[in-house]
Amino acid sequence: MRNPEPEPQGWYEKRRGVFPRQVDGKFRRIKWAIMLVTLGIYYVTPWLRWDRGPYAPDQAVLIDLAHRRFYIFSIEIWPQEFYFVAGLLIMAGIGLFLVTSAVGRAWCGYACPQTVWTDLFQHVDRFIDGDRNAQIRLQNAPWNAQKITKRALKWSIYLVISFWTGGAWIMYFADAPTLVRDFWSGDAAPVAYASVGVLTATTFALGGFMREQVCIYMCPWPRIQTAMLDEKSLIVTYKDWRGEPRGSVKAAEKNPGGFGDCIDCNQCVAVCPTGIDIREGPQIGCITCALCIDACDNVMSQIGRPRGLIDYATLDDSASEKAGNPPTSHLKLIWHPRTLVYFAIWAAIGLGLLFALGTRKHIDLAVQKDRNPPYMLLSDGAIRNAWTLKLKNMEGRPRPMTVTIEGLPGARMWTDTISSEQAATSVSATVATDTILPLRVYVAAPAGTAAQDFAFVLKANDAEGGGDRTVTHFDAPGAEE
Amino acid sequence: MAEKRVDEATGVETVGHEWDGIEELNNPLPRWWLWTFYACIAFAIGYVIVYPAIPLVHSATPGLWNWSSRGALAEETAAADKDRATVLAALAATPIEQLPEQPELMQAAVAGGRAAFRVNCVQCHGAGAAGSKGYPTLNDDDWVWGGDLKAIETTIKHGIRFPGDDATRQSLMPSFGHDGILTPAQVDDTATYVRSLSGKDAAGAGAQRGAALFANNCAVCHGPDGKGGRQVGAPNLADAIWLYGGTHGDVVSSISNAHAGVMPAWVQRLDPVTIKMLAAYVHSLGGGEKFASAPTAQEGTAATVAATSNAQP
Repeated sequence: MRNPEPEPQGWYEKRRGVFPRQVDGKFRRIKWAIMLVTLGIYYVTPWLRWDRGPYAPDQAVLIDLAHRRFYIFSIEIWPQEFYFVAGLLIMAGIGLFLVTSAVGRAWCGYACPQTVWTDLFQHVDRFIDGDRNAQIRLQNAPWNAQKITKRALKWSIYLVISFWTGGAWIMYFADAPTLVRDFWSGDAAPVAYASVGVLTATTFALGGFMREQVCIYMCPWPRIQTAMLDEKSLIVTYKDWRGEPRGSVKAAEKNPGGFGDCIDCNQCVAVCPTGIDIREGPQIGCITCALCIDACDNVMSQIGRPRGLIDYATLDDSASEKAGNPPTSHLKLIWHPRTLVYFAIWAAIGLGLLFALGTRKHIDLAVQKDRNPPYMLLSDGAIRNAWTLKLKNMEGRPRPMTVTIEGLPGARMWTDTISSEQAATSVSATVATDTILPLRVYVAAPAGTAAQDFAFVLKANDAEGGGDRTVTHFDAPGAEE
Repeated sequence: MAEKRVDEATGVETVGHEWDGIEELNNPLPRWWLWTFYACIAFAIGYVIVYPAIPLVHSATPGLWNWSSRGALAEETAAADKDRATVLAALAATPIEQLPEQPELMQAAVAGGRAAFRVNCVQCHGAGAAGSKGYPTLNDDDWVWGGDLKAIETTIKHGIRFPGDDATRQSLMPSFGHDGILTPAQVDDTATYVRSLSGKDAAGAGAQRGAALFANNCAVCHGPDGKGGRQVGAPNLADAIWLYGGTHGDVVSSISNAHAGVMPAWVQRLDPVTIKMLAAYVHSLGGGEKFASAPTAQEGTAATVAATSNAQP
């Protein structure tokens, strides 16, 4: 066992700077496209309009916490229907499993906000400081006027992007144009300013400075994904059986057959946004952004060797290639049983949600019985119970409704706004647009009525009709004995 | 304790502890972690300076901001009072009889009354206002002193038999048995008659003897048919409601030793708006009388409710 003298350790480990070189290629262009789409969705969505009539806001996607409504285009979700959102989150979770099963850590490499914003900030670095070598030179340069100017400029741009990111977030929670006006005039809610402040700070710190450390130290997802990868998962692979031993082009010319394809140009390391060396094998720092594949392919085409020295491959495929078989098509690799099972579950939940959404009722009756007192004796010996009924109207118009007693002989009902002399077998009310009308009702049954179940029946008195029926319990003296 | 050594696979020194073969690598902390740690310390120091933090003998150090949970409560209460000021002013300006004409104000009054009831009234009348023996239920339709808004407000204001309030509801039933006005047998007969009014006892010979006694001794207040009288606060003896119990023994006991329950005059403790809100709440419990704009309803058809609430779920 080797036992060299350990180096003296400091209190902490400084972050080793990562200065990824600009690269172009197939995967870089995919990343550009995904960045454009994800950032576009994030920044633009709150500004889309959707006419719902005068009763509701006209913002296409709006989480209206104050009025407890969640609007997504033509769908309006009430708080008690939050399971739709839970369902969407479960779909998102299983979607991650599905993507991981099909194409490995693609979420980390392409679509994770941390990756997208880090990528954006790294382009700002290149724009202000220049590419990799210029960045390293500036990093090591003393703090002269030029460096101070460049740093100030760069961090200001970071700050503007961060502020814009935080600002876009709050637009999802209120009418965007109004909120922008209120924000600058100082009339917006304190929570709006606090949210923007917090999100600006986190974007600035996580995207501008923490970067790959978030993935390596903080994020649980790489750990979970590591557990989910198997020998059928696509991972970015350095094909060491083809590349080793490394040697320059000249060395290979002098000694044909003595070296592999890797010329040790270090381009794969230079372009890596997390600063790792893929040739050391699969590791937690690899977010599979595939930029090293682009870099290596460019080099291979320059020196006239076949592409794919670094490429997406599964462990199974690697073993087969090592044995001398030709590489398998990636499309074929994606469709294995686990992917199909995840897809089936994901699609089933999606279809279930769509079905539930299509068949949900827009009228509802909820009843809550008074428990104290459970029943009340009236002067004429009649027995009275009390309920709070909630008449729900989810339509975009007011609806006249009637609640009737069903299955309680001789019973009469009235409310807290009319006299018991006006009692009848039913009560009518108009429920305003998109609201719940709480109705306090008293139901009296003749003396001697035994405790029993009965039902309130709700009916809408308009062309569309529809209704609801809720069974409840009538308490009477002696019922508890 | 094991020796410190360098781990072969990672090239990192171990901390030197070993538990059943499990060792710990002495990796340095990332610098950002250390910064976070320092920031937490700075926050804690700031917290100790501006907030109450260090416990002394009687209280803690007040802190620069002089914050206290009592102060925070007072601030929030003041803010809530400010929010309610317009509603309270409108309530103060509206005579209670006119409250039902303004459904939203009425709703606010009922809600406020519910809160005030829980503080001031539940001790006797119960959390559900169902009362108990000797403490009337406020849910039913039997009112000794009247059940419209105005009558309820007056009762709450001045109380019942409350010493020191000249306008208090006053009635006094003699203790017929205890004071020797009626013999025990006569009390028994009277009780039989009273119970026969609501069909609880058979209208036999005892009831007939009791009827005569009732006419001579009781009818002056309770009325010839025993239906009571609100002018004098005499309870209805012909209905199903018994404040002090409806068994034969209960009624005998009530005639022998009359009850005279007392309710405080709340005008001495509560402001007029709170009393108004309490009256509105009690009136809304299902037995209220005289509704201002009562819509008509026929047998079997629906009564119409003024739907004004836009309450969110």
